[in-house]
This record gives sequence, C-alpha cells and structure tokens, in this order.
Amino acid sequence: MSYRNDPYDPKQAVLLSPDSLSEAVAAAESAFAAASDLDGLGALKPAHLGDRSPVSLARREIGSLPPAAKSDAGKRVNEARQAIQGAFDARHAALEVEQAAKVLVEERVDVTLPWDRRPRGARHPLTTLMEHMGDLFAGMGYDVVEGPELELEWANFDALSIGPDNPVRGTMDTFYVDLPGLVLRTHTSPGQVRTMLTRQPPIYVVCPGRTYRSDELDATHSPVFHQIEGLVVDEGITMAHLRGTLDHFAKAMFGPDARTRWRPHYFPFTEPSAEFDVWFAHHRDGPRWVEWGGCGMVNPRVLVACGIDPDRYSGFAFGMGVDRTLMFRNGVGDMRDLVEGDARFTVNFGMEV
Amino acid sequence: MKTSLSWLRDYVSLPAGLSTEELDDALTNLGMEVESIVDQAATVQGDLVVGKVLTIEELTGFKKPIRFCTVDVGRGAPQEIVCGARNFAVDDLVVVILPGGELPGGFKIGARKTYGRNSNGMICSAAELGLGSDHSGIIVLPTGTPGADARPLVGLDDVVVDVEITPDRGYEMSLRGLARELSYSFEAAYTDPALIAAAAGTADVPHAVTVEDTVGCDRFSARVVRGIDPNAPSPDWMQRRLVAAGIRTISLPVDITNYLMLELGQPMHVFDLGRLSGSLVVRRSRPGEKLTTLDGVARVLDAEDMVICDDTGPISLAAVMGGETSEWQPDTVDVLLEAAHWDPIMVGRTARRHKLFSEAAKRWERGVDPGLTLVALERAVQILTAHAGGTVDERVLDLDHRTHPSVILLDPALPGQRVGVPYPASQVVELLEKVGCTVTGVEPLEVTPPSWRPDLVAPIDLVEEVARLAGYNDIPSLLPPARGGSGITAAQRRRRTVGRAMAESGYVEVLSYPFVAPALADALGYATDDPRRSAVRLTNPLSEEEPLLRTSLLAPLLGVTLRRNLSRGLRDLALYEIGTVFLPSGSTTPPPVMGVDRRPTDAEWDAANAFVPAQPWHLAAVLTGEFAPSGWWGAGRAAIWADAIAAARVALSAAGIADARVTVAAAAQTPWHPGRCAAVSVDGTVIGYAGELHPAVVSALDLPKRTVAMELDLSAIPAAPVVEGIRISAFPPALIDVALVLDRTVPAAEVEAALASGAGELLESVALFDVYESDQLGEGKRSLAYKLIFRAPDRTLTSEEALAARDAAVAAVAARHGATLRGA
Repeated sequence: MSYRNDPYDPKQAVLLSPDSLSEAVAAAESAFAAASDLDGLGALKPAHLGDRSPVSLARREIGSLPPAAKSDAGKRVNEARQAIQGAFDARHAALEVEQAAKVLVEERVDVTLPWDRRPRGARHPLTTLMEHMGDLFAGMGYDVVEGPELELEWANFDALSIGPDNPVRGTMDTFYVDLPGLVLRTHTSPGQVRTMLTRQPPIYVVCPGRTYRSDELDATHSPVFHQIEGLVVDEGITMAHLRGTLDHFAKAMFGPDARTRWRPHYFPFTEPSAEFDVWFAHHRDGPRWVEWGGCGMVNPRVLVACGIDPDRYSGFAFGMGVDRTLMFRNGVGDMRDLVEGDARFTVNFGMEV
Repeated sequence: MKTSLSWLRDYVSLPAGLSTEELDDALTNLGMEVESIVDQAATVQGDLVVGKVLTIEELTGFKKPIRFCTVDVGRGAPQEIVCGARNFAVDDLVVVILPGGELPGGFKIGARKTYGRNSNGMICSAAELGLGSDHSGIIVLPTGTPGADARPLVGLDDVVVDVEITPDRGYEMSLRGLARELSYSFEAAYTDPALIAAAAGTADVPHAVTVEDTVGCDRFSARVVRGIDPNAPSPDWMQRRLVAAGIRTISLPVDITNYLMLELGQPMHVFDLGRLSGSLVVRRSRPGEKLTTLDGVARVLDAEDMVICDDTGPISLAAVMGGETSEWQPDTVDVLLEAAHWDPIMVGRTARRHKLFSEAAKRWERGVDPGLTLVALERAVQILTAHAGGTVDERVLDLDHRTHPSVILLDPALPGQRVGVPYPASQVVELLEKVGCTVTGVEPLEVTPPSWRPDLVAPIDLVEEVARLAGYNDIPSLLPPARGGSGITAAQRRRRTVGRAMAESGYVEVLSYPFVAPALADALGYATDDPRRSAVRLTNPLSEEEPLLRTSLLAPLLGVTLRRNLSRGLRDLALYEIGTVFLPSGSTTPPPVMGVDRRPTDAEWDAANAFVPAQPWHLAAVLTGEFAPSGWWGAGRAAIWADAIAAARVALSAAGIADARVTVAAAAQTPWHPGRCAAVSVDGTVIGYAGELHPAVVSALDLPKRTVAMELDLSAIPAAPVVEGIRISAFPPALIDVALVLDRTVPAAEVEAALASGAGELLESVALFDVYESDQLGEGKRSLAYKLIFRAPDRTLTSEEALAARDAAVAAVAARHGATLRGA
C-alpha cells in the first residue's frame, strides 16, 4: 500500500487520532518486549520507528489538518514517537546486559585444570638456611667471610691450638690429601684464623660453609656437612656478649621463646669454653632443649698465633652445625636426605626454609 | 668414667635424697657429659628375693645335668624351680626371681613346664642380673632371710653414673676427682682418699730399677710383697664396684690395681717378682724391638715408646699394657707393685700407634697426679695383705724427677673482665682455693695449682675455673655494640642471585659429594692431557673407589647425583649445583713450617697460600627428559642443547653481565657433543660450556639419550659493573622485517652481530623469528628472518630514515657473510 500517490483527503487523517497513536505505542511496546535478542529487536525497528511505521504515517497526516489543529496533533505524534523510541532503547539496553551476561556464562572454564607448563625449581635448604643465618648477622653489623675447603693444616689445627698430638688430627677424623700440609677443613674455624691474619680488630664475622670429617654416612653423620662459625674480637668483649649474641641468634632462628643453656666444655681454641643447648618450643616431639653448638672466649694463644694483642683485645667464637640445625628446626629425620641430592628433597622446600 | 653413687658417697657427703635429675644437672654444670645415670634397683622388675634351697633332685637323661629344686621364698609353699647350675647345695641361700618379674634385657620370667617339671621363676647368676659377666654359676649369698628383697644383698640398690670426661681434666677420671667436683656443687664435705700416711721412699730399694729417660718417666715407685695366698679372692665389695665401673674382675692383685686406678686415678702395674730376671730398666724402646703384650699381640716397638725391661729385654709397654712374660699368674706369690708417672704425650702417641686405648692410657693422656705413686702403693699393700696375707718388704723404691707446678700470676680483675660478671677478688681467691690451688699475694694473685691439675698453666685457665664454679648460667645476656660491617661480599651476593635465577628458571638445587672416581675422567671422555685429570687425591678416602677431589662439578653431578635420581624413578630432571672445585696449584714448594708463638710473616703466609689449590666456585646444570611437561594441554617439550645454553645466559644475566657482553660460539669440549657444544664467553673470555652431552658419555654413564649439561666458572665472571640508566624514548617505533639468505654454516650469532653493527644507533632491538632451510634457496643455504625495531630518542622516524637504517644493516651482513635479501 502506498500513501505517496494518494490524493489528499482530510477525512483520511485517522492515524492521527489519539486512539490510533496509543495503539501504535502499545503495539510497539509489546513487540519490543517480545524480542528475545538484539537482532530480533533490530528487525522490529522499521515496523515501529521506520518511514512506514504508524507514527511516521501519522506525522504526514498533520498537513491535512486545519492550522488550528496542527500544533495539537504534532505534539501528540511526537509524544507517541518518543514513547516508542524510549521503549526501544530500554529494551535494547536490557538485551545488551542480558547478552553480556550470557557471553560470560558461555565463556566459563574449569579453573581447576592444572597448568604446570613451566617446571618450578627450588633451592637446597642448606643453602637457604646458611643465607638466612648470614643475613641475620649481617644485620647485626657482621661481615660474612669464607675460606677454602681444602685448607692449610696450620690454619685448621695449629693456629687454633690443636697441637700435633691431638687425636682429632688422626685419619679417623680428618681427611688428608697427597699434598703436604693440607687437609679438608674439619670445621669452619680456620675462617677465624684467616680473618684475624688479614685484619685487625674490631672483628665481627661469621663464616658459613662446607666442612669434612672422615665419618661414614648414616642417619646422623655425613663426611660432608656444614657449619657456621662466629668470631668477635674487640676491646672489652666478655662471655656476657657471647651469651647475648647466641640468645639473639636463637630467637631469630627458633622464635621468641628460644634461649640458650650452657654447659662447661673443653675446646683447645677457646677458654672458657661451653657447649650450648637451645630451648626449641616447636620441636616435632614437643618443646625441649636441643644440643646446638660450641662456644667460648678465644684462647689468648690463638690471638697470639694470629698476630692480635691478647692483652688489649678479647673475643668470643661460636660454631654450630647447619645440617643439624636444619634437621631439628625443620624436622628432617635422616642426614642422608640432605646429601644424596634427591631432587624431591629440595623441591619440598621451594625457595625458602 | 663409670662408677656407683655409693662409692662416691664414701668421699663426698651428698644429700640423702639426691635425685637422678639433680645429679645429672650437677655433673653437667661441672662440665661433664652425662652418658647415663642408671638406678640399678629398676633394672630388675618384680620380685627378686632371697631363697633357701630345701631339696635338690638331679634330673638325668638330658644333654646336660639339670636340677629340680624346691626353694623357700618366704611365700607359702616352697617354690619348684628347675636350674641348670650346680654350684649350690641344700640349705644354701640363693637369689630367686619370681614369675612376673623381668631381668635386664627385657627377659620376662613366668611359670612354665621345662624338662618335664614345673618351674616357677629362676635362680639367678650375677650375669643374669646384669652384675658382670660371670656365668659360671648362680649367686650363693652369705646371709639373708628367705623372702626378703635380694637387691641390697647383690648391689642392685645402687645408682651407676657414667660420664664423659673432657680431654683436659684427667683428675675427673677417678673417684677422688669426681667426688671433689661434686663437693662444689652441693657444698658438701669432701674426704680426699689420697690423704693417708704412706711410706716414703727408702735409700735401700726392694728391687733395683734404673730410669734412663726421666722425660718419659719422671717418677717410678715400687713396693714388694712376698708370700701372698694366690687363691685369695677379691672381696665382694671390690668386685661389685669394679663391675659397676665396667671393669672385669681377674684376681686380687690385678683387681687391686684397677680398683685404685678408679679410686685415686693412679694406674698401676703388678709384676710377678719370681718371673723378673734381674734389675729393671725404664727406657725408650730400640727400633725394631718386639714385645708380646697381655692381649697376646706381638708388637714391633717404636723408638718413641717407653718400655720396662729386665735382663730378657722389654717386659712391659710402659703406661699402656704389660707383657706376657712378667705378668701376674694364678700361682704368683711374690709381687712387685709399680706406680709411676709417664709423659702424657708419649703415652698418647704410643696408645695411638699400637691402637691400645686402655683405661690406663686414657688417664695418662689426660694427665695423672704425679704426687700419688706412694699413696697408691700404700693402699695396694694394705688391701693386698689384708686379704691375701704375705709379708711387706719395708723398703720403698721412689725415683722422683717430677717438676712441680709453676706459680701463675693472676690479675684478680681478669676473670670479671673476660666473663662479664664482677667477681670480687675474695670470691676469685675462694674459688681457686676450692679447686686446690694455693693462693698468695694480692695484685697480682700468686696462684700455685695443685699437683692433679696439670691443665692449669695460664691465667685464662684460672679464669675458666672461676667462671665454671661461679656458674655459667648466671652470666648475663648482653649484645655487643654494633660496629658497622659490610654484610655479604659481591661474590656471595652473585652466588645467591645466580642460584635464585636458576631455581626460578625451573632448576632444582642439589648437593653432591666432591669425591670422584678416577674412572669418571675416562667416562667423561677427557683426553689424556686434559687438565681436569690433574686432581688432588685423598690419602684416606672413605671409599677407595672415590679418592679424588672434583675438578669439575659435572663429574659427580652426572656420575653420581643424576644417576641416583634416575635410579629412583625420576625421569624429567633439571638439576643445578653451585660449589667449589679443587685445582692443584702446580706449586711444588710445600707450605713453610709456621709456629704458633707469633703471627706468621706475610711472606710465610703468602708462600703457604700459594701452595693451596685454587678452589673457584662453579655452577653446573643438567637436564634430561621433558623440560616443558606434557599434560592435558598437549605434548611437552624435551630438553635440548639450547636449554643448556639458555641456562648459561640466565646465570650470566643474574650475575650482572649484560647480554651484549656475552658471546656464544661453537666449541669442541668434552664431555659435550662436538656438534652441539657452545663455549660461553664474557668479553671474549670463555667462562664455560653448554650443550648436549657426547653420545659416548651418555652411553658410558648410562644416562638417557640427549641429556644436556652446562658448567660455568662463576669465579671467572668479571665483577658486575654499576649499571648505567638509559633514556627511554617516547616516540613511536618503526618495525621492519628482513629475511636474509645465507650459507648454513654462518652462525646466527654472527649474523645478528653484523645486523646490529650495520644498523647504527637507531636500532632498538633485533630478534630472529624464523629459520627456514630449503634447497630452493640454493644448495646449502638457509633463510634467517629478523624483526628489526628502529626508534629515535628525539623524533618520530620517517619511513625513509628507517629504510635507510635497514639497508645499512642488510649491507653489513651482505658484506661480511654474503647475505642476500630473500625475494629480492
């Protein structure tokens, strides 16, 4: 049906009637509401808002009205058109939200699927623990020093007042090599000697590292193990400073309840000497004292051998097994796990200890 | 040192209700390591009672004689007990454990049928009660009431204390010393068992003795007793104490010497006077001299050993063990008792040389009171004659060359200055006197240590005694003032960063022993002149198979650790290790002899260190199996040569070395595949190698095919520079791709370097995005396609500028390597 060529006839202005317009609005509203998606809604648009839509045709009829009626009719048509446009826009917005929500639902995945496409590495807990200990002392103003593992016998024994007849120098305890005067260091204490030979007090150092004794490997012994040695040489250093340092260290390693208990002992390189236990509240088998290491005031004979005036300076030294510390701190039951290089042991620790 | 509490109480008035814990604490705080404190009453559970044998019926027809007894155990009807021992008769008093009881070792006693009879309980031997090794028969008690607790009658009411003594305190290896120490802890009265009147040496001697070496033997004393009853047994109380101390009882004379060694700390020896030929000579052994010691071992002696000789030659390895020919015998009636004082260093060396760590040697090595010889002899003579009769020779031999302790001058403030507790001078004096020192003078104090404390020679030794007796656990806890330090070194920081970077790249850190087998060098394909074959060798390796110290980390990492992981069923492995290797210095000048009475000179110290093998830190990594795992997403990716090189680049980058300073070049180095090995260099110096392992190495070590590895010398990487900031351009980049056709033999790394040099300053980055090989490009050719990004710091580049730079880049590659633009 074409209106364009219809002859003008005012009697035909039926579309402008308020009833017709209301009907057109109602029809558009119900059609839009019925549209289930944006495409369907778009397809309805020409029929209700296009050139041939009832409101557009009604607008054309305005010209046929007497001038007095034009304004009123124009207003009516505009209101109807706005209502239809409003209904369209509202439905369009609603469908857009619906559509976006639907896409999100459709794109849902199983987030529990594994995605370990890059293998994760790990650091050995002994490495991490030694770093942890070194950092703690660095924070207290110490230097972290090191020395060779294949060490001068003089630095490993003689300078530390471990005389030629001391049984620990026997082959049951010490690894010797086919080069005279050298041993695999039996402790990190030669680190003390090297430090004192190359600098004057004040000396505040720790020396973590690998050590060797000719023990067969079993659940509690390894021929290769690790120690950390501490040495302070300064004016007025006392056993009280040693105790304070060890207590601080113990708290940092084992928690605020930790403290140390000393037992008089004998070491050739310290006097007075002590072995010390640490109170470890988080032990796997319940809170208890655990043997931790040895300590004492640097024997003046050691200071003399290292060129430090024993009348002016005094010092303390301490040492403990890192492997042993790891074993009770982290509940590792078997020394062999530390040294056999099984990747699963390391992976368990990840990047921290 | 093991002893019973009741014996200790003979000399120190310990509190009556002393608990095990109090005793443990006291010993520990005195500096002894408590091995065990055992209340023996608790070692036998249940009813252990005195029984009176009523009837004995001999059972026959069994492999051995068996007795069926009825025993009055003071509980209703007589107990029926089957017993295999025969050393008792009707009316004897025996020790019976009743059903429900338990002997040491968890041996439970019940009522059972055996040898056809009912047996309710058991008649016990000393061995079964844990009272020694005597299995020869059951215990027959001298007195007792049937049914009464038998424990006190056999010594099972005592507490046995076992302590470890530190090597400096020989005096604690005796009841005399232990009791003295405990008297400090409990402020208890102490009786010194050595304070007895002892016969002094006489001019006329009971037996002629010459001491030729008074350094090795500074005192030699002896007495003679004749006509003892050779069958006289050791008294029960002595046997019981010896058994509690873990010492076997042998005979009265020998038991007496052992008993006095425990009581006083003075080891002694008893000779059969009748078996000595002529006078005795105490001297060093002559090299090659032989002696069969009491343990039946024929020993070749060393010139340093001390021996006691008679006319026949050496008859005793002095201070360590007697010889067979002069020893007490079951029929010995005339004895020569010897108590001497030997050089502790000599004894220690002799004991170690002959591996004879006797109870005597342990005491000599730690130091024995040289003032005890006559006291010990007096005690020995008294006990011996009291139990075995005999006539004491009135003459006493005493060859005394000992030196007396020197006076130590002690500033009374020194203990306070070293310990951090302000001990008043009066307390210092009091504590030193307590341990037996004589103190005179005021400032300084003049301190003479007692004869049993050879360990007290310097002021610091006295400081230790003050601190120990005043109590270690009263020392306050103070932090020293911070003095400012520099924390960790650059090398330590580098190892941490590299380790972390490796771990973050998927590698797992492992630690390997540095001990390697010589055969590994062959397995790794080292040439005969490969410097890595030159290794330090352990003279006492734990395993004769692995005597060498590693010269590369890969040797033990591949040869031991990787193989162990594979043998445990792990297939996809990425391992790394950071550690030292041991490279002999090549120096043939051994370290100079350096004393300890002064600092070595710088020249001495430098010479000594020049001999120490270099021990650089290395990083090694090995990869096998999948490096990118397969999964539900699809296939994974096997580790290849390129991963090893990438790991080296990661490590160098973490070490602070810019990519531009790192070059990678084809190399032929064992143990790698000659066509898949890269030398990795920094500033042109080779730092290490990476790539796929040689198939022969893989086969020799039984590793999975295509295993790849990398090793770098971390110590050889130059120090990381201070990194300079760059200016970031905010102008847009110009992206141009070029595909170059070249001979396949031209390394990609060189093409990239040529592009970079030709492109000039406008080049921001160059990245290879395609490698295409085809004969259509020409025989032996390949195409390398690069994405070039150009950018100017101050303007938007025109396309003419970018193309000009591109052309310059391509021209450089064309000039150097004959490249043509693909499709041009």
